[in-house]
Amino acid sequence: MKTTEPSSSVTTPEAFPPPSIGAWQHRHILDLDDFTREEIELVFEIADAMAEILTREVKKVPTLRGKTVVTLFYEPSTRTRASFELAAKNLSADTVSLDASKSSIAKGESLVDSLRTIQALGADVIVMRHLQSGAPYVATQYIDCSMINAGDGWHAHPSQALLDLYTIRRHLGKLGGLKAAIIGDIMHSRVARSNVWGMTIMGVKVVLCAPPTLLPRGLNSFITNCKLPNVSIETSVESALEKADVVMPLRLQIERQQSGLLPTLREYVQLYQLTEERLSLAKPHALVLHPGPMNEGIEISPEVAHGAQSVIEEQVTNGVAIRMALLYLIAGGKNK
Amino acid sequence: MPERILMSPEDMQRALVRVAHEILERNKGAQDIVLVGMQTRGVPLAERLATTIQGLEGFAVPVGSLDISLYRDDISSLALKPIIHRTDVPVDVTNKQVVLVDDVFYTGRSIRAAMDALIDLGRPQSIQLAVLVDRGHRELPIRADYVGKNIPTSRNEEIKVYVKEVDSEDKVTLLSSDKEND
Repeated sequence: MKTTEPSSSVTTPEAFPPPSIGAWQHRHILDLDDFTREEIELVFEIADAMAEILTREVKKVPTLRGKTVVTLFYEPSTRTRASFELAAKNLSADTVSLDASKSSIAKGESLVDSLRTIQALGADVIVMRHLQSGAPYVATQYIDCSMINAGDGWHAHPSQALLDLYTIRRHLGKLGGLKAAIIGDIMHSRVARSNVWGMTIMGVKVVLCAPPTLLPRGLNSFITNCKLPNVSIETSVESALEKADVVMPLRLQIERQQSGLLPTLREYVQLYQLTEERLSLAKPHALVLHPGPMNEGIEISPEVAHGAQSVIEEQVTNGVAIRMALLYLIAGGKNK
Repeated sequence: MPERILMSPEDMQRALVRVAHEILERNKGAQDIVLVGMQTRGVPLAERLATTIQGLEGFAVPVGSLDISLYRDDISSLALKPIIHRTDVPVDVTNKQVVLVDDVFYTGRSIRAAMDALIDLGRPQSIQLAVLVDRGHRELPIRADYVGKNIPTSRNEEIKVYVKEVDSEDKVTLLSSDKEND
């Protein structure tokens, strides 16, 4: 494995004592903004052990026998939902999968009523995706079981950010001092938001790059007010990519063009698509990540998406290990 | 009550050499043996047995490490979840004579978990158990095949095994305490 020199003046010691389980403070996983570096290290350490299980012929351990994990999705998802369900099944938990469009929710049941019903059915963990930012925070006020946010509106997607960081760490051997360029529709991206927190905690320098219309309003003052010196904004993709160790294009939702945020899709492709030529501006072995689903030919060229530097498929595999670690940490023992 | 030393480094070494001989005798050589140490202190003990066996037979026996946390029967009653170490068994255990190696043999619950963990990795020809110290008080019908030292204890006492690789010294001690220990 190659080593990469820190690209900036970010100084974060890599030599940390091994994380101890006592570091874990969470009953719910809602976003990474309230995580400590030690907690993230702990998730990674346990994910390493889970990754070994995934290489076995029989990918199942009895740890969460008798626990019930419910996935409640108010928005379509393939990989996140499948990933959580496989993670739960690999740990021998029982899983129930609820789809908002096919349950009483479609008959008008409120979020709180749905959650209370699910809890009464015996759920130990609810994994929820909701269209509204903040919905899982409201939810935790009404339930006693654990909640994992599997994406809420534009706000947060903590397990995705953790699997991104884990994938980077597995390839580059460290996180502190790296430079990551996140390119595309930052405004609507919960993945970008959770990664800003996760990367900041782990000492990664983050460059957010998008056309001005796709940057959240007030981002500059947010960075100043939250004292995030490692986060910067860049509208030119070429400068964002310069000496980057990690490049993460985000999915461009085609609907954005209709809403007037982009003049034309073609212009976006010309100015922002991650092509082989542009990728060559980053460090020679820079990693390419994508939270999926990809629009090949829009935010990323097919050559890059399936090229040697792409770790996009590995992100999916690592996602299962990370989610197993999260379920183990919040459902493994009595924590009520 | 002060910590009383029950085994010196030399005692530990002699016990391990004898256990290595017994393993070879029982399995008629080192050919199909895989030594699997249980995290944490069983792993260096397994490595030492392998070194001794190599010295006797000139054959490098594969050594693996096993973490049993995910197989514990008390996982849902623990307030603090144990940290999981990596399980790393470098060879396929199917049709091998697997010798589990642990430091202290007590209730037998860890060994039960270890057998489940091992069987998830393959189908060994046999699973045998080597322990440095057997302190009694079994709660399951499990026995050891190779024992370094039998030390009858009361449940209020605690046996601690120190190994150089983890604790920077070799010794086995006995402590009395008021709380139950496993």
